[in-house]
Amino acid sequence: MRPDLEIIRDWIQPDSRVLDLGCGDGELLWWLKRDRNIAGIGLEIDDDNIVRCIERGVDVIQINLDEGLRDDFDDRSFDYVVMTQTLQAMRRPDLLLDEMLRVGKEAIVTFPNMGHWSNRLQMLLAGHMPVTRALPAAWYDTANIHLCTIRDFEVLCRDKNIRRLQRTTVDYNHKASVSARLLPNLMGEIAIYRLGRG
Amino acid sequence: MPEKIPADSVGIVETRHQSFEQPLALDCGRELPGFTLAYETYGTLNEDRSNALLICHALSSDQHAAGYHSMDDAKPGWWDRCIGPGKPFDTDEFFVVCPNNLGGCKGSTGPNTANPETGELYASDFPIVTVRDWVRSQKLLAEALGITRWAAVIGGSLGGMQAMQWAIDYPDSLEHALLIAAAPKLSAQNIAFNEVARQAIVSDVDFNGGRYYDRSIPKEGLMLARMLGHITYLSDDAMREKFGRELKEGKLNFGFDIEFQVESYLRHQGESFVSRFDANTYLLMTKALDYFDPAADFGGDLAAAFARTRARFLVVSFTTDWRFPPARSREITRALMRAGKRVSYCTIKAHQGHDAFLMPVPQYLSVLGAYTNQILAGA
Repeated sequence: MRPDLEIIRDWIQPDSRVLDLGCGDGELLWWLKRDRNIAGIGLEIDDDNIVRCIERGVDVIQINLDEGLRDDFDDRSFDYVVMTQTLQAMRRPDLLLDEMLRVGKEAIVTFPNMGHWSNRLQMLLAGHMPVTRALPAAWYDTANIHLCTIRDFEVLCRDKNIRRLQRTTVDYNHKASVSARLLPNLMGEIAIYRLGRG
Repeated sequence: MPEKIPADSVGIVETRHQSFEQPLALDCGRELPGFTLAYETYGTLNEDRSNALLICHALSSDQHAAGYHSMDDAKPGWWDRCIGPGKPFDTDEFFVVCPNNLGGCKGSTGPNTANPETGELYASDFPIVTVRDWVRSQKLLAEALGITRWAAVIGGSLGGMQAMQWAIDYPDSLEHALLIAAAPKLSAQNIAFNEVARQAIVSDVDFNGGRYYDRSIPKEGLMLARMLGHITYLSDDAMREKFGRELKEGKLNFGFDIEFQVESYLRHQGESFVSRFDANTYLLMTKALDYFDPAADFGGDLAAAFARTRARFLVVSFTTDWRFPPARSREITRALMRAGKRVSYCTIKAHQGHDAFLMPVPQYLSVLGAYTNQILAGA
């Protein structure tokens, strides 16, 4: 199991309803069903991932998240709305966050932290857009069009009156460390948040 | 005609008939004193009778869904691409049943069969049947075959509507429902097309109020109806790709005979349809489509209609289908989610329009195959 998914699994209460935005091949939902007995639905756009989800019995809806959740999902119809490593690829991450907290009682998001020292160093010393293990693509072909730092993200949450319920920052291998705990925006490669309203 | 039967074919098959002596009450208020359903089966029913798939056919098809009736057949059954050994509806694993709907013209009780009360052909006296009536009759067929619970009920277009009705009317009699290129009800535009098709038939001088079996049939009318229908089955893209503005003789003739290839194609489709289909059946099938609206009994709330279903659902649509476009399948999916039901949904990229549900589109076959594998795995 992917280590970030393991962290998320441990945050999710048994028997809850989970909506996974950009669920990929359905790995998280599959584990959550097995270990937490959740009822889950994944949203995904990629054809191959759709087939993989269906094959492992994970319910999946093929839609483009940039179209929003609109009238497909009722308010507070899920306990958790999860989005792993997808926020930064959305056209309007801020609006999607609102949608997540409309449809879900809580939201769980993960994203690569642009504030990590290696990103800063590449900009400062080499003067080029960072290419790291967490962000391997070049600037022109990356899907990540809205990268942010942990600080940026928390400012957005504050402006939107979104409450931080839990935060973990980890390295690329999703290992927690003392340095990442003490200096998350500098030392954390990937940020994982559990959020609520008000 | 096949010189030899392909390895992934169900091979030579035959239509069987199941007759029911008991009267069948219909939605229109009339009843059939008894009736017969023509059907075909492929594969073997397992010991605990848990591997049966019901295939529901669409507007102009019948019980011959796969394989060949003889070595002289030009083509296999209408859904041969999906039914057979190793195919998505794998006959090495599943027992596949496909009946001809009531009102059909291929051996089930319909306008071209005799009314036992008068000894004459039903013709235009055959009652208007609904999707719900079909499902009721299919349930009796299931019982006759010893199947209390389908592993899945599957259909495309009007067939998908039957699968939906199954899930609503007999929630405990199916594990899965596969709704392909379907809609929760027809739009005004859909009904309008059906009405033009019906008017083409009934205004044919040979229609004679539907009593034409012992004289010349309403060939022109049925042909026109099929030509019109066919346009709605194809996409603009598919027609452009297939025919463009290509001329049959390479030049304009400044007349009203066939000039463009697309005209020739449509006429050919119309003519071959007339030789295999009955005009009264066409009228009945289009009416069943028009009337289908499972939400109507629930104040128009489709989610409420789905509330009692217990099946898991797969909903599939095709990008260029403008007869039942993806938005209609999304309506079904949304209502199912709202009702808290388990559902997966995909939009298949295909250029063939509504007809894509019969085509070997790789992603489509992968999705169906993945779903049926998962049924077998009991996931």
